[in-house]
Amino acid sequence: MSMRPQIAFEDLRLAYGAKEVLHGISFGIQRNEIFGIIGPAQSGKTSLLRCLNRTIDFIPEARVSGRIEVDGVEVRESRNVYGLRRKIGMVAPLPVGLPLSIYDNVAFAPRCAGLTRKRDLDQLVERCLRQAALWDEVKDRLDSLGTKLSGGQQQRLTIARALSHQPEILCLDEFSIAIDPVTTMRIEDVLKELRRDMTVILVTNLTQQARRLADRTMFLWNGVIVELDKSDVIFSDKPGNRKTYEYVNGIFG
Amino acid sequence: MFTETLLVRRKKRQEALAKWIFCGMAASMIVPLLLIIGYLITRAWPSLSLSFLVDLPVRGMKEGGVWPALIGTIYLVVLSLAVSAPVGILAAVYLNEYARDNWLNRLINLAVINLAGVPSIVHALFGLGAFVYAARFGYSIVSASLTLAIMTLPVIIASTREALASVPRSFREACWNVGATRWQTIKSIVLPNSITGILTGVILQVSRAAGETAPIMFTGAVFFKAVHKGDLFPYGLHEQCMSLSMHLYTLSTQVPDVKESIPFATAVVLLGSVLLVNAAAISLRAFLRARKKW
Repeated sequence: MSMRPQIAFEDLRLAYGAKEVLHGISFGIQRNEIFGIIGPAQSGKTSLLRCLNRTIDFIPEARVSGRIEVDGVEVRESRNVYGLRRKIGMVAPLPVGLPLSIYDNVAFAPRCAGLTRKRDLDQLVERCLRQAALWDEVKDRLDSLGTKLSGGQQQRLTIARALSHQPEILCLDEFSIAIDPVTTMRIEDVLKELRRDMTVILVTNLTQQARRLADRTMFLWNGVIVELDKSDVIFSDKPGNRKTYEYVNGIFG
Repeated sequence: MFTETLLVRRKKRQEALAKWIFCGMAASMIVPLLLIIGYLITRAWPSLSLSFLVDLPVRGMKEGGVWPALIGTIYLVVLSLAVSAPVGILAAVYLNEYARDNWLNRLINLAVINLAGVPSIVHALFGLGAFVYAARFGYSIVSASLTLAIMTLPVIIASTREALASVPRSFREACWNVGATRWQTIKSIVLPNSITGILTGVILQVSRAAGETAPIMFTGAVFFKAVHKGDLFPYGLHEQCMSLSMHLYTLSTQVPDVKESIPFATAVVLLGSVLLVNAAAISLRAFLRARKKW
C-alpha cells in the first residue's frame, strides 16, 4: 500500500471540553478499500467520523487539532463544508427515516444541492433505492412516510439517502445495531457491490462483521490505535498486539 | 412465594393512599372552574342573548350590549399577536437552532425569563412611557397592542422553543450529514414538524392578551366610545377603543345603578370567547398528535 491514501489523518486530537477522547492518531485509508474500525464503546469511533465530515462543528465544546486530508485537501480548512459532507455518505447507528415520504427522504440531499428537475430526481431516487436493496419493497408506495417503515427498511432508506448525494466515501457507524441478521447480511452484500464505486469505512462492534468485509481493520481503544493491519492479520491467531487478540476473541472489552 | 406478607399489605395500603391523594388534588382543579362558570351564567342569565353581543351600551352603559368592547378586544388581540408571534417565533428559532452557549445568548435567555416575570402593571407603565409618549403613538390601539405584544412575547418564545425542541436531534443530524445547511434543515424538517405546537402556544396567548386590563387601561382603552351598531371596523388604529376587560371593570366599579346581570353577562362573553379560543388550541394539539409522523 504505497499509494497516496485518499483519506489521511495526522496526529488527530479531539477534546470535549477538558476531556480528550482522541489522543493524536495517524493513519490513512486507500481509495476503494473497505476499512474496518473496531473497538469497545467510548473508544472514539463515532467522534472520528464526526471529525471527518465536520459535523463535529455542531458540538460547541469540541476542540480538534491535527490534520485530516481528503484527496489532499485539509478538511478543517475547507471553504465548502456542504460539498465535503456530500462527498461523504454517513449512516448512523440507529435508522433515521426523516418525517417525509420515502421519495422525499432520498430526494432531500439532491434538492438541497440544487437539483430540481423531476426526471433527474426520479432516476436518482430509483437508483439509490435499488443500490440499497430497498426498491422492490417500496416502489409501489414511494409517497408513504419513511418513518413508518420497519427498522431494517429504515436503515436501508438511510443508506439510500447517504448514497443520494453521490458520495465517494461511505461511512457506516454500527449500522447493524438495530436490525435483524437477515437484513444485516443483505446490507453486507450491498456493501460488497458498492466498494467498486467508493471507499467504505465500516465502524462496527461486531468483530466478525469486520472480518467478513474489511480489507484492513483498525483496533481503536480509548482514543489510541492499538493495531492497524490487514484483516487477515488482525483476526489471525497471532496479531501484532496481544490486546487485539484478546478483544477479537472476547477475552476483554 | 406468592402469599401476601405483612410488608406487601403495607405497601399496597401506601400505594392506594398515595394514588387517592394525588387524584384528589388533580380533581380539585375542576371544582373552581365549574363553580366560576356556573355562578357567572346563573347571575348573567337575564341579560344573555345574541343581541347582547351586537348591541351598543345605552343609557350611560346601564343597559344594552357589549359590541364595541367585543370588537375592541378582537382588535387588540389580533394586532398584538401580529407583532409578538413573528418576533417571538423567529427569536425562538435563533435561540434553539443557532445560538451557542456564550455570554450574549445567556444574556438573551436571562432577559426572556425576566421579561416573563414582569407584572402587567409594570408593562403598562412601560407602554405608557415608551409608546404613548416617547414614540408619540398617543393613547391608541397601536400603543395598547404593542404593550400587550411585549407582555406576551416571552411566553411565545418559551412555548416555541419547547415545540422546536420536541423535534428529535437525530433528524437534524441526518440532514447535516447529507450536506444541508441549518436553514435548509429548519425549513424542511424542523418547522413543518413543530408548527402545530408553535401555533398552539401562540393561540394560548390570546386568552392572556384578551384578559389583561392594566396594560391597555394605561395606553389605549377607554370607558366608552360611540360606534355604529354591528360595525365590524369601527376603530382607526390611532384611535382609542373599548375592550371587554376594561368594560367589565368600568361596569363593576364606575357605573351607578347598572342592571345587575349586565357585568356578569360581560364576564360570560369574555370568558366564553377565551374558552372558545382555548378549545381551538386543544383541538389543534389533538390534530397534531393524530398526525404525528414518527
